Amino acid sequence: MTDISIWMDVLIAVLGGAIRVGTPFLFVSLGECLTEKTGRVNLGLEGVLVLSAMAGFGGSYISGSPWIGVLAAGFSGALLAMLHGFLCSLPKVSDIATGIALMLLGVGLAFYFGKSLIQPQAVQIPSIELGAWSDSAQVQSALRINALFPIGVVLAVLMAWMLKHTRWGLILRMAGDSTDAARALGYSVNTVRVLATTVGGFIAGIGGASLSLYYPGSWNEGLSSGQGLIAVALVIFARWRPMHCLGAALIFGGAGAVGPALQSVGISAGYHLFNVMPYALTLLILLCSCSPKRSLQGAPMELKLAR
Amino acid sequence: MNAPRWVAVFDSVVLPLLALVGAVLMFGVFVWFGGTDPVEAWTLLFKGAFGDSFAWQNTLQRAAPLMLTALCVALPIQAGLTVIGGEGALVLGGLAAAGLPYLVDPSSGSMGTAAVLAAAALAGGLWIGLVGVMQQYRGVNETISSLLMGYLAVGLFKHLVEGPMRDPESLNKPSTLPLSEDVLMGLIPGQDVHWGLVWGAVVCVIAGIWLFGTTHGFATRVVGGNARAARLVGLPSRRLVITACALGGAAAGLAGGIEVVAVHNAANASLIAGLGYTGILVSFVARHNPLAIIPVAVLFGGFGAAGSMLQRRLDLPDASVLVLQGFAFVLILAVEALRGRLAAKLAQRGALRAEAV
Repeated sequence: MTDISIWMDVLIAVLGGAIRVGTPFLFVSLGECLTEKTGRVNLGLEGVLVLSAMAGFGGSYISGSPWIGVLAAGFSGALLAMLHGFLCSLPKVSDIATGIALMLLGVGLAFYFGKSLIQPQAVQIPSIELGAWSDSAQVQSALRINALFPIGVVLAVLMAWMLKHTRWGLILRMAGDSTDAARALGYSVNTVRVLATTVGGFIAGIGGASLSLYYPGSWNEGLSSGQGLIAVALVIFARWRPMHCLGAALIFGGAGAVGPALQSVGISAGYHLFNVMPYALTLLILLCSCSPKRSLQGAPMELKLAR
Repeated sequence: MNAPRWVAVFDSVVLPLLALVGAVLMFGVFVWFGGTDPVEAWTLLFKGAFGDSFAWQNTLQRAAPLMLTALCVALPIQAGLTVIGGEGALVLGGLAAAGLPYLVDPSSGSMGTAAVLAAAALAGGLWIGLVGVMQQYRGVNETISSLLMGYLAVGLFKHLVEGPMRDPESLNKPSTLPLSEDVLMGLIPGQDVHWGLVWGAVVCVIAGIWLFGTTHGFATRVVGGNARAARLVGLPSRRLVITACALGGAAAGLAGGIEVVAVHNAANASLIAGLGYTGILVSFVARHNPLAIIPVAVLFGGFGAAGSMLQRRLDLPDASVLVLQGFAFVLILAVEALRGRLAAKLAQRGALRAEAV
């Protein structure tokens, strides 16, 4: 094999990996986007991701249907996120601190209940073969995509439309931009935020199912290390626009796929360094896109994160 | 009208205690659903933590690094920053301690130990100081950046320990070269606990004196209370924020260094044990007061020690301690909402009485 064909293989693997690795990022960032639009940050989505990955795997293992697993993942994520919503509605409780607490609680619960799930195999989410036209095995495997990915794309479009053009979207944005305005119109800001956080947790939970039921496709205690958190930073990068979350998720998925892709062609030096690429990229993007002087363009006005 | 002193004590001592008791009760109910006798779980929790001298040793051994990683949250938060990257600072501190002999030969004896620990504190301080710099100069949210830096630190640690710094003789578990015997930290005479406990407690006390007894500490608290007002009265708020972060990071780095010189003798994966994350909880329960961190760290060190007992005797997963910690964290935040309620009630009653007279 020549050098060029090796690099082509790596490139194709990274592009394919962008979708494979990026799908959980997409769901979590959409969930976080919905939450942050109402003016609250949910750092606990990291905990939601781990718990829902475990619940999704367990659901699929017990029922034999991956889609029941996806639902189990969504509902477990929604439950944990709802706890975040209610806790933050109490006076003097900071959403950042609550997020940290739920990160620990979610991981703890997931490891506790997931102890017995480390060995078995669960039925996986089916793939969609988009690469059937090609005879190259690499292209075929790169275009074998997660059935959840198109659902995520549709969800991003729907959410963008909903936020912009519907009454619900307006109420949501109002809670995030001006609590006074929302109150003046007779909406309870806390109710809106709890609902958005809960639905956001459900969406993020689907991302968890993608982790344990598609790629990497098993349950273990090292399954998610910071993907939920990267997704939170990714929403800042995407400027709180659902369609941009899609692009950002693919970029980050690509970055996360570099390590495994290089390893697959036998380059394993610096393996750990390539694996931390997404974190370094996130930090770099935060450094470039944040500014101490002005609040971020497009940020919900009531959001503390961007100020 | 100022509330009486006992009301303040109620808010800062009784409320956290209630939350902790609530967490332990919830934990009992939680294991009860799984078919375990809650009373037995509670008994074991306290026996495993404080039941006999062996349990106490185990507890104190675990409490030592928690005191220092908790400071990594408690100090920056005084300047208004919620930093949660203590795990990264700890790991790099441990790496720096084990790595110093690769560069220079630390003198033997206690001077050598001090040099190795200084390297650890410096590494941790620079790492978290950088979080402060990014927040101050680029407006990057410190909670997210510090946690991301934690993952970066672990990646860097694994890369160096399994690659360039690996001891060829460490076969199954990649480690750095072991430190020479006379740099290692011994046990406190007559006890089975290493000197790290004393280090942790002393650093907490020093941090308390800095915070409540010095102008610098006061200025830092002013910045944390209202950064704009602090700048208006001419305080160098940037420098104070970055210093507070660096000091917190230095404490967590020191924790890593102590774990290396007192427990592991070399840097390896055993260092990545979540001590930084438990430290966050310890700091929140202690309401970020460095002096209160000491007993709270002992308590959570105790829960950690009891974890292995729960696992052995009741066959509970080793994550049960994590669940207990999660409950404690949620309840600690929930009782935050009750703070000041008692004072307000009393003030209201006082006003009514005054009106009646």
